[in-house]
Amino acid sequence: MLYAFLCYNDEDAVFSWSQAQDAAVMAALDAVHKPLEKAGRFGPAVRLMPTTAATTLRKDSDPPLVLDGPYAETKEQLLGFYVIDCDDLEAALTVAKDLAKANPGGAYEVRPLRLFLPGSFAKEALPPGAAASGKAVSGEAAAE
Amino acid sequence: MSDLAWMEAALTAARPQAIGALLRYFRDLDLAEEAYQDACLRALRAWPHNGPPRDAAAWLIMVGRNAALDQVRRRSRQEPLPEEETLSDLDDVETPLAERLDGAHYRDDVLRLLFICCHPDLPATQQIALALRIVSGLSVSEIARAFVVSEAAMEQRITRAKAKVAKANVPFEAPGPVERAERLAAVSAMIYLVFNEGYTAGGAERVDREALCVEAIRLARLLLRLFSAEPEIMGLLALMLLHHARVASRYDAAGEIVLLEDQDRGAWDQRMIGEGLALIDKAIRHRRRGPYQVKAAIAALHARAKTPAETDWGEIDALYAALELLEPSPIVTLNRAVAVSKVRGPQAALAMVEPLGERLAGYFYFFGLKGALLKQLGRTAEARAAYDQAIALAATPAQAAHIRAHLDHLAADAASAS
Repeated sequence: MLYAFLCYNDEDAVFSWSQAQDAAVMAALDAVHKPLEKAGRFGPAVRLMPTTAATTLRKDSDPPLVLDGPYAETKEQLLGFYVIDCDDLEAALTVAKDLAKANPGGAYEVRPLRLFLPGSFAKEALPPGAAASGKAVSGEAAAE
Repeated sequence: MSDLAWMEAALTAARPQAIGALLRYFRDLDLAEEAYQDACLRALRAWPHNGPPRDAAAWLIMVGRNAALDQVRRRSRQEPLPEEETLSDLDDVETPLAERLDGAHYRDDVLRLLFICCHPDLPATQQIALALRIVSGLSVSEIARAFVVSEAAMEQRITRAKAKVAKANVPFEAPGPVERAERLAAVSAMIYLVFNEGYTAGGAERVDREALCVEAIRLARLLLRLFSAEPEIMGLLALMLLHHARVASRYDAAGEIVLLEDQDRGAWDQRMIGEGLALIDKAIRHRRRGPYQVKAAIAALHARAKTPAETDWGEIDALYAALELLEPSPIVTLNRAVAVSKVRGPQAALAMVEPLGERLAGYFYFFGLKGALLKQLGRTAEARAAYDQAIALAATPAQAAHIRAHLDHLAADAASAS
């Protein structure tokens, strides 16, 4: 079963990390990603820009309302996500615990997928920072 | 990341909010800072055992407030007069509830804390030093290093600035909309000063000062999270991100300035550029043009050009023309002249630059550009004179070295021609 790992953390803290701290977290996460990749279980992974870069379209009015900022004002913010193939919830929680050891603070919401469309990005069309290679994508993966 | 590194990041992140709230309670900067320090010490003891609190700032505010109240009570037993007037709300001291952070309070707390550092009587360098000390929590030695002064001198500078601020009586009531807008403008300007202090550094100071750019970006992000629909704050953050994205390519191995057109564009930080462009997109939707947005839009045109030849100088000329209306200054005109020289040639640009001579008589870049335009026009002797004046005005060794390279170039041209 495919599970989404929604990564929540305090973005004030995450964006206060020094470059060295950020790199250390990334390296620790990479060690968790690698075996999953090798086993063919590692799906798309995304690290989001801070919520200050977000815009929200409220579609409960007509015309929809466009607002600056994230949908929800929360103590921890959604800062990224993974899609990982896991046998069951126990296996998914094991992955989440490994990720948590590499990157403490905040929370992972583990949620099974109902539909997965792998998308049509050619490698060249990948967003900045992810364009170098397939491996770079996992390197960029949701540090939060 | 180790527990300690993690806690440090959490404490740094919570600092503006925590000190801002403590300042609201105690109305005294020193007391608020002491209370925060006290709370941090307790956090370093408690968090490894109990795990980090869900809301670090609220934890620090509550613990800091209680610790400071204990202190005040102890002092009042030793001193004949109670210091009640130093406390704003003794009544709710016993409130058992943890501080529930009201979004509006939080915003104004942080804004007030930043605003305090913008006192008009404080010279720019003191505003920056104060903000770095109080809001960012850099140590005095870190700030001293960034300004290349002794620690004692910086300590004294900050103490003086604090004394001036303490007498300033910044009102503690929630500001009205007009006042809030004024505070935002003053705070934005101060954050941009912090950034420029880091950005204009060269040579050996560069590495220490780069931290100032990072800090300014962090403060602007914080401000934008609090005031998420302010296009000028989006513009300010975008502007700083787009400039800082070029940091790795701005100086060569010898520490000399590399001009924009000679920079290795592959070394530009695409992640920062991406965030900057996203913020400009957001800001434009508000249709409330302001100087930071226009400057960011100019930086974005440079960031978007894959090679110098692809730079849209016509659009940059138009944006500088807009900036001349919003924020008229000879320096803006000087920058516009660079774009004009690309679009309409050096003669048109020189005609634009020459009338600025009187007002920019002490400005390094004026003579640098004048020299370059004269050189392009083949007026070698005049170019040399302008470059000589530029060298005399250079603020950093890198600036001087850069002009000297132009002079050498002129000399080499003259030698090969003769």
